[in-house]
Amino acid sequence: MNKIKKMEGNQFLLMITILLFVVMYIVGIVVFHDKGFTKTQVFLNLLISNAGLIVIATSMTMVLITGGIDISVGSVVALTCMLLAWMMENKGIGAVPAVILVLLIGVVFGLVQGYLVAYMKIQPFIVTLAGMFFARGMTAIISTDMISIKNETFLSWAQAKMYMPFGGYVNKKGIIVNPYIYPSVVIALVILVLIFIMLKYTKFGRSIYAIGGNEQSALLMGLNVRRTKLKVYVLDGFLAAFGGFLFCLNTCSGFVEQAKGFEMEAIASAVIGGTLLSGGVGNVFGSLFGVLIKGTIETFINFQGTLSSWWTKITIAALLAFFIILQSVFAKAKEKKK
Amino acid sequence: MSKSKSMIKKVTGFRLFLPLACLFLVLIINVIKTPSFFNITIQNGVLYGYIIDVINRGSELVIFAVGMTLVVAASGGTDISVGAVSALAGAVCCFVLSGGEQSTDFYHAPYLLGIIAAILIGMICGAWNGFLVAKLRIQPMVATLILFTAGRGIAQLITDGQMIYLRVDHFKMLGASIPGVPLPTPVFVAIIVVILTYILLKKTAIGLYIETVGCNSKAARLVGLNSTMIQFLTYTFCGICSGIAGLIITSRVYSIDANNAGLNLELDAILAVALGGNSLGGGKFSLLGSVIGAYTIQALTTTLYAMSISADQIPVYKAIVVVIIVTLQSPEFQKMRKALVAKISSGKTVKEAA
Repeated sequence: MNKIKKMEGNQFLLMITILLFVVMYIVGIVVFHDKGFTKTQVFLNLLISNAGLIVIATSMTMVLITGGIDISVGSVVALTCMLLAWMMENKGIGAVPAVILVLLIGVVFGLVQGYLVAYMKIQPFIVTLAGMFFARGMTAIISTDMISIKNETFLSWAQAKMYMPFGGYVNKKGIIVNPYIYPSVVIALVILVLIFIMLKYTKFGRSIYAIGGNEQSALLMGLNVRRTKLKVYVLDGFLAAFGGFLFCLNTCSGFVEQAKGFEMEAIASAVIGGTLLSGGVGNVFGSLFGVLIKGTIETFINFQGTLSSWWTKITIAALLAFFIILQSVFAKAKEKKK
Repeated sequence: MSKSKSMIKKVTGFRLFLPLACLFLVLIINVIKTPSFFNITIQNGVLYGYIIDVINRGSELVIFAVGMTLVVAASGGTDISVGAVSALAGAVCCFVLSGGEQSTDFYHAPYLLGIIAAILIGMICGAWNGFLVAKLRIQPMVATLILFTAGRGIAQLITDGQMIYLRVDHFKMLGASIPGVPLPTPVFVAIIVVILTYILLKKTAIGLYIETVGCNSKAARLVGLNSTMIQFLTYTFCGICSGIAGLIITSRVYSIDANNAGLNLELDAILAVALGGNSLGGGKFSLLGSVIGAYTIQALTTTLYAMSISADQIPVYKAIVVVIIVTLQSPEFQKMRKALVAKISSGKTVKEAA
């Protein structure tokens, strides 16, 4: 009985998020219909420009469910992009080995952070804060200049358009133009689904929820809390590097200031999507909608034209505040019931 | 033998041992690297030198660290919005004094009004954080994340995305020096903030209350302390400190750049608190430790600059230092060390018995 109610509460948060997204999108269609907001491509662009963020937000959700946090992701993305650009352009390494190497570095990064969090019991926030500055600094050590990627293999990945069989519109010349997406979107969504399945149906996934719900009980239940946490951070490091790779497919360049504030966007997306920061509760699909809401706000600001980019930050922060307060109200109501 | 051992134990067990040891280490490295490190010269009646520079530049950090120490002690969490709040406070101050103009040579409003506005806005930001943390029971890091994200945005909204210049000699004094006084003004501001806070904590019971709440907020409530109020007040106080620091930062460059004012200082402040021997989990704290920690960080930064490491790369070294310090502090490491010591000493007793 209690469980059903709890589920309802969390489902409710997710419902609000989805509703918010739908309402925002409808508002966008109404306000900007003359500027082409109704096109399918506008929606697909949301996915295209946020493919990296979807992966990062997914892995952030996973970490948040354990009751931890990872604020190093933005810097890891920057480091990944810089490493990819540097290896391919300055060292002449092929695209495939470069990507594999970068993903390996992500795993090592996650391993170190995970060890410090799980085995040394240092607050995740402090560990990843150090990780954030380390990765950003390393990016600057590799190169302080912007490196553009000209590697042909890489560019061919980045520019491979996949046309949709539907939703086309007739352009001025009378040719039907179908909306397109890039492979990065497909990969991001596949990862999202895989993580969803992992969290929902595997032993590993269930233990992540158990640890986040109550670490002490999880330990008493016989779960290997330390190892599970370590695995989560390793996977998170891998996904951060992978998100960085997808991000790089979009930008095709590496520079120090890249993806600054990415971690906050990822956390905000997860929170807006109904993930509880205290751990134990979360849904990666909620985070997807969190990312989409953020993307919609950006699209609004783009379409509007006169608003400055800092409005994105303020709106996201306001949404974050709203959802955090909502969560806290729910938590208090639950406590009272007990 | 055992006497010297206990002596070592006493010395290393001293609360300020770690921060002082780190400070000395950094200073010694500096002296070896640049023998002129401790030289102080007088130019135009103002003291110059590396060491003065460290003390001067460290002022904002000390002020941040004071606020952060109380927040960490009372709630076991950190306020990551301090840098953004200081930028916001600086923006408000400049906006008030310049009357909305982008560049000005005279005050459009009384100087005091600008100062009060900045401190007030810091206080409001702190109160908002405190409300979220203490009243709504939101994790401190996440609650302050809101202002961390929005603070600079709001600051840019106030300055209209431009830099505001205040080319008034009087305005520069807070960040530089007052004519006739050999030491830079920020040093005095930092000292005043530290002393006032120290008196407040030691002469009243507030310090004890904060420690109690930090150790166990539920137990503190059961003995009749208003935990919520105390946590709320520490965040508000931290906001005030950010406001004051924001004023100094603004005055140093007699302008406000909402994007870069106080950037990354939140990490330095947290680092200073950790380096000061304070547990980041809350509870007992040492204000003096944090102050020493802040100067150590500043000395480290200055050293790295002196070794011609660019500002972008400095975070790498700082990050390594943080990881080492927090690992040394962590209870798991202490356990491992104790187990190792016990193993060695038990091995010895076995040998002696044989």
